[in-house]
Amino acid sequence: MSAVIDTHAQDHHHGPAKGITRWLYTTNHKDIGTMYLVFSFAMFLLGGTMAMVIRAELFQPGLQIVEPEFFNQMTTMHGLIMVFGAVMPAFVGLANWMLPMMIGAPDMALPRMNNWSFWLLPCAFLILVSTLFMAGGAPNFGWTFYAPLSTTYGPPSTTFFIFAVHIMGISSIMGAINVIATILNLRAPGMTMMKMPLFVWTWLITAFLLIAVMPVLAGVVTMMLMDINFGTSFFNAAGGGDPVLFQHVFWFFGHPEVYIMILPAFGAVSHIIPAFARKPLFGYASMVYAVGAIALLSFVVWAHHMFTVGVPLAGELFFMYATMLIAVPTGVKVFNWVATMFRGSMTFEAPMLFAVAFVILFTIGGFSGLMLAIAPADFQYHDTYFVVAHFHYVLVPGAIFGIFASAYFWLPKWTGHMYDESLAKTHFWLSFVGMNLAFFPMHFLGLAGMPRRIPDYALQFADFNMVSSIGAFMFGATQLLFLFIVIKCVRGGEKAPAKPWEGAEGLEWTLPSPAPYHTFSTPPEVK
Amino acid sequence: MGVHTMRAGVLTGGLLLPAWSMADWAVNMPPGVTGTSQDIFSLHMTILWICVAIGIVVFGVMFWSILAHRKSEGHEPAHFHENTTVEILWTIVPFVILVAMAIPATATLIDMYDTEESDLDIRVTGYQWKWRYDYINDDFGYFSNLTTPLDQIYNRADKGEHYLLEVDNPLVIPAGKKVRLLLTANDVIHSWWVPEFGVKKDAIPGFINETWTRVDEPGIYRGQCTELCGRNHGFMPVVVKVVPQEEYDAWVVEQVAAAEAERQLTQKDWTLDELMVRGEQVYNTACAACHQPDGTGVPPAFPALKGSAIVTEDMPAHLDRVINGVAGTAMQAFGPQLSEVDLAAVITYERNAWGNNTGEMVTPMQVFEFKSQQ
Amino acid sequence: MATDQTYYVPAQSKWPIIATVGLGTTLYGVASIMVNGSQGEDTGSAWTVFFIGALIMAYMLFGWFGNVIRESRAGLYSPQMDRSFRWGMSWFIFSEVMFFAAFFGALFYARVFAVPWLGGEGDRASSNMLWEGFQATWPLINTPDPEAFPPAKEVIGPWGLPLVNTILLVTSSFTVTVAHHGLKQNNRTKVKIWLAATILLALGFLALQAEEYVHAYTELDLTLQSGIYGSTFFMLTGFHGAHVLLGTLMLSIMLVRIFKGHFSADKHFGFEAASWYWHFVDVVWLGLFVFVYIL
Ligand code: HEA
Ligand code: HEA
Ligand code: HEC
Ligand code: CUA
Ligand SMILES: [Cu+2]
Repeated sequence: MSAVIDTHAQDHHHGPAKGITRWLYTTNHKDIGTMYLVFSFAMFLLGGTMAMVIRAELFQPGLQIVEPEFFNQMTTMHGLIMVFGAVMPAFVGLANWMLPMMIGAPDMALPRMNNWSFWLLPCAFLILVSTLFMAGGAPNFGWTFYAPLSTTYGPPSTTFFIFAVHIMGISSIMGAINVIATILNLRAPGMTMMKMPLFVWTWLITAFLLIAVMPVLAGVVTMMLMDINFGTSFFNAAGGGDPVLFQHVFWFFGHPEVYIMILPAFGAVSHIIPAFARKPLFGYASMVYAVGAIALLSFVVWAHHMFTVGVPLAGELFFMYATMLIAVPTGVKVFNWVATMFRGSMTFEAPMLFAVAFVILFTIGGFSGLMLAIAPADFQYHDTYFVVAHFHYVLVPGAIFGIFASAYFWLPKWTGHMYDESLAKTHFWLSFVGMNLAFFPMHFLGLAGMPRRIPDYALQFADFNMVSSIGAFMFGATQLLFLFIVIKCVRGGEKAPAKPWEGAEGLEWTLPSPAPYHTFSTPPEVK
Repeated sequence: MGVHTMRAGVLTGGLLLPAWSMADWAVNMPPGVTGTSQDIFSLHMTILWICVAIGIVVFGVMFWSILAHRKSEGHEPAHFHENTTVEILWTIVPFVILVAMAIPATATLIDMYDTEESDLDIRVTGYQWKWRYDYINDDFGYFSNLTTPLDQIYNRADKGEHYLLEVDNPLVIPAGKKVRLLLTANDVIHSWWVPEFGVKKDAIPGFINETWTRVDEPGIYRGQCTELCGRNHGFMPVVVKVVPQEEYDAWVVEQVAAAEAERQLTQKDWTLDELMVRGEQVYNTACAACHQPDGTGVPPAFPALKGSAIVTEDMPAHLDRVINGVAGTAMQAFGPQLSEVDLAAVITYERNAWGNNTGEMVTPMQVFEFKSQQ
Repeated sequence: MATDQTYYVPAQSKWPIIATVGLGTTLYGVASIMVNGSQGEDTGSAWTVFFIGALIMAYMLFGWFGNVIRESRAGLYSPQMDRSFRWGMSWFIFSEVMFFAAFFGALFYARVFAVPWLGGEGDRASSNMLWEGFQATWPLINTPDPEAFPPAKEVIGPWGLPLVNTILLVTSSFTVTVAHHGLKQNNRTKVKIWLAATILLALGFLALQAEEYVHAYTELDLTLQSGIYGSTFFMLTGFHGAHVLLGTLMLSIMLVRIFKGHFSADKHFGFEAASWYWHFVDVVWLGLFVFVYIL
């Protein structure tokens, strides 16, 4: 790929506006991307702090620090904030920064709407977090908010929670529409679909998933709202409804949602591994098809979260088989990454370290997912710490490591400076050790029978819980180092060349570092 | 094929197990004491080892590349980026492995769903936060409450051996019989789990889920509620006592008689003191979880009863709240749950405890009349 | 603002942030009204918050759309920009389809699974033990617990008002297409007549729908509280009605713009978007007519 940039066109543009209006009124994809990333990291710290409360309470058996109702609020808010506040916005931030640069577009397709998508998020989280201070407390029914615990038995703040979810939903849908319109309409001439970088592909499919399932989430919370405030009986058997209906609709959203939280990371890793293996990505086409297959399958597996609710046998079998099938396309991706490393010429800068850890640890999380997919076995695993271990293995070293890898990979492009490599490596190793220490013992706890969402536990679970808490504190504290590294990199450091990574490919590396405020006003030609 | 892999898995697992299952550092699932739990255990081990094997191959190739194909070793990158043969191969091979896993899984699942031809039916109802067991063939039933004292939970006393896993009245079932459990709930969703049986099933308000178990070995088995059900979700254990058939039969006779005696008690003349003593017990098992042992509640979720207008003045409202509950809140209708005696006792207790000294007394007959007027 | 670009990227805009404040305030107000109301507290200040939010929203809508219209008429939008709008609108409509899918899903689930189970049929038939005497029927004119959810006396048959409404909406889909043809032929009078006709049909639909609701509430006792039938019925028809209202507003704005002389034979995406939306509302109705009323 090569590109011709019309440098002349740049001269007409003024840079960013001064002062606060730069951020409030901006239509620039890079500014908006930055805001998303900063917001996401703030939410990661907030959600992480809540996780620290959880781990501190679970450090020992007995109730020490918090009361059970507050513990439940922490679990709920931790899940919600991490999922909707940390991971999803981080990916949207990366998309905002990188998609236009990767496809040679001047900006996102609908820049004003882009800004709105962002600003709705702080608004939604303001409402969500404010429920902590309301009479009766914040939502305490888990991030999956099963009815009727969240309807008839929910705290008064549930109504605020519902509207917060509505606002997040609007934000995500608009963000996704923007991504799709950008990718489908603003590619540089010559960039056919099958020439698109994988990060673009994975985001295209993620955006499709978002548009398909966020409205369903809006639908299910709307039904809750009606049950709570207007006397309907969607989730109440006394009126002919069914609490399990809630779970079906929720998981129809919820399962694709978990792939929304991983596909963009798949995309990013598919850039990073070839870059540091100095060898083209193995099996580009099969990567694309695999992501497509995962996305399609994700619509027909939702009831694997509900194996114990009494789904009829035929349904149980169907959902078991469909879920198991997802291992095939995911496996294709893992094998392709390994084949890309195979006979490469590898170096291990921070992005690569995170990417390699991603492949290993995500695969471990995938394996435990596959075990959960075996319906009869899930009767033992379900709602235990084995599930908690599974999803933290796909989310923390999956989604979060994917984001760290991307951040280190693209920081030079964003800031114009190289980050501090040895600090970044320290960040990696501490995270790697802390994360495994925190989450691996959870497998054992779950298998030994520890249920999730409990503030106190029987004595036989004490030892591993302590190990896990120590690991969690270590992992948590390490993230402050990341904050430090990023701030340091923004403020200065070694100047980054246009293409700081020897093996990197793609239009974004044809631009100077830092990338100019407006890029590709005239589209480059892709051969 | 499926059965063979299963055996192999169990065998390898069995060899490693003794080393693992040391007391507190238990790392694996217990094989359990029922056919179901053992089937599940072998499935679990099979898949685990398959995953470990795949992991060794994949990570093996990867680590070897990482070690050998690095730039610092002077390795030059190759340029290949496609190979249709291997790509097809690594699509088909995992698929075949999955099919092999699915076969035994399907068989186990079908067996787990077969609730026909049971010897005994018990209805299990989840309440916030206790279980009720109704022996529908024999017309008696009772609640099963956590007995771990608050002092242990709040670290004011040493924790007992079965901390959080102990109840006043365990479920009692006969050994070697197929017991069908009809699960439902009174308020929110709960889930009934005994790991050693391999039985976990959600109890859903308004619906009945069926499951079954057959335990050959007498003993006491412990589990927990596994669906988030509110504040005391972590304090809702399941304890099952499996006894030989003769012992079970004797126990049933005893229970039926006790139920009858309880009905007789309604007729008895009760004094305020007797009611207060009984009331305190009832209050601490049935009400204290929400309204707290000292009656101060957890406002605004759970109102204080100490000094409440209803509890100190309006007697009919008090009866109504306790017997019929408050629809749409956590305050359940205790009318169907407690006997007339217990209702009378707890109401009397509430009206006189914690400085609510009204001196008023409610008799079981009054409760009976209040109920029959509705 | 460089017009030499092939793709118009607007400079700063204050509308998104105003829209955020507006939406947040409105919804915070609505939530407060509901929560305070259900706790028997005063809702006066909550209503004030809601109205302030709604005013901000109205200001924002006029401002933002006004801005877009001005830019469009100033010729800032290239054909590529036009395609972005088209993709945007199509995917927005797809998201709306999925929103309705959630409610249709609830309807199917209740009919095919939940209600029969409660009535003692199918895989979880033993549930009927808890609801002795409850029989599964559809439409559900008895509920498992008639005290908590008093059932409707009767439900609304398909061949009265709903049929008329179907005819009105289907006709309006034709009329809006005729108007669109008029626009493409640059025949302004034709556009005005047929667009106005569409709006009249839409208003007719809304009036009849309101009439039907009054009938349901006052005579049939069919309410939101009458069990899962009432719940799904009002949820589906209610959200559909709200969308018809929104569509009618869009079409009315288009009519105003036509009278103001906006749009040309080859550039009139605003009009097209409104008509797409209108067709979508129509298709949803057909689904409703079949699954809610007839079957
Ligand atoms: C990023 C998020 C993410 C991802 C990617 C996944 C991926 C998968 N998940 Fe996970 N999952 C969650 C997030 C995620 N999950 C969350 C958050 C929950 C809990 C929600 C809650 O209750 O709160 C959950 C819960 C959950 C359950 C419910 C458990 C329960 O509650 O009882 C199940 C059950 O089937 C499941 C299965 C799977 C499977 C089969 C995959 C597959 O996609 C994994 C596929 C990958 C591999 C298998 C590894 C690589 C493949 C190979 C190397 C090829 C060869 C392999 C074989 C043939 C074995 N997940
Ligand atoms: C992407 C999603 C994501 C991420 C990144 C995480 C990250 C973490 N999660 Fe969790 N988690 C979920 C998604 C996620 N989680 C979900 C969906 C649930 C289910 C909720 C439910 O049941 O409803 C859950 C539930 C959950 C539980 C189970 C709770 C229960 O069942 O009761 C636990 C318990 O240990 C836990 C721990 C952690 C820890 C220690 C981290 C750590 O990785 C966090 C590390 C980050 C920080 C710590 C922040 C940075 C540091 C500071 C702010 C400085 C302060 C530091 C110190 C004081 C040391 N999470
Ligand atoms: C699961 C929680 C829970 C349990 C257990 C519980 N209650 Fe309650 N109780 C509540 C809630 C919630 C309310 C408030 C209902 C309302 O909103 O009016 C309440 C209200 C009351 C009131 C009315 C108080 C007032 O001033 O309004 C009385 C009396 C009462 N409960 C007695 C009891 C008795 C007696 C028991 C045990 C036999 C009991 N409760 C067990 C949750 C519980
Ligand atoms: Cu009952 Cu959890
Ligand atoms: Cu899932």
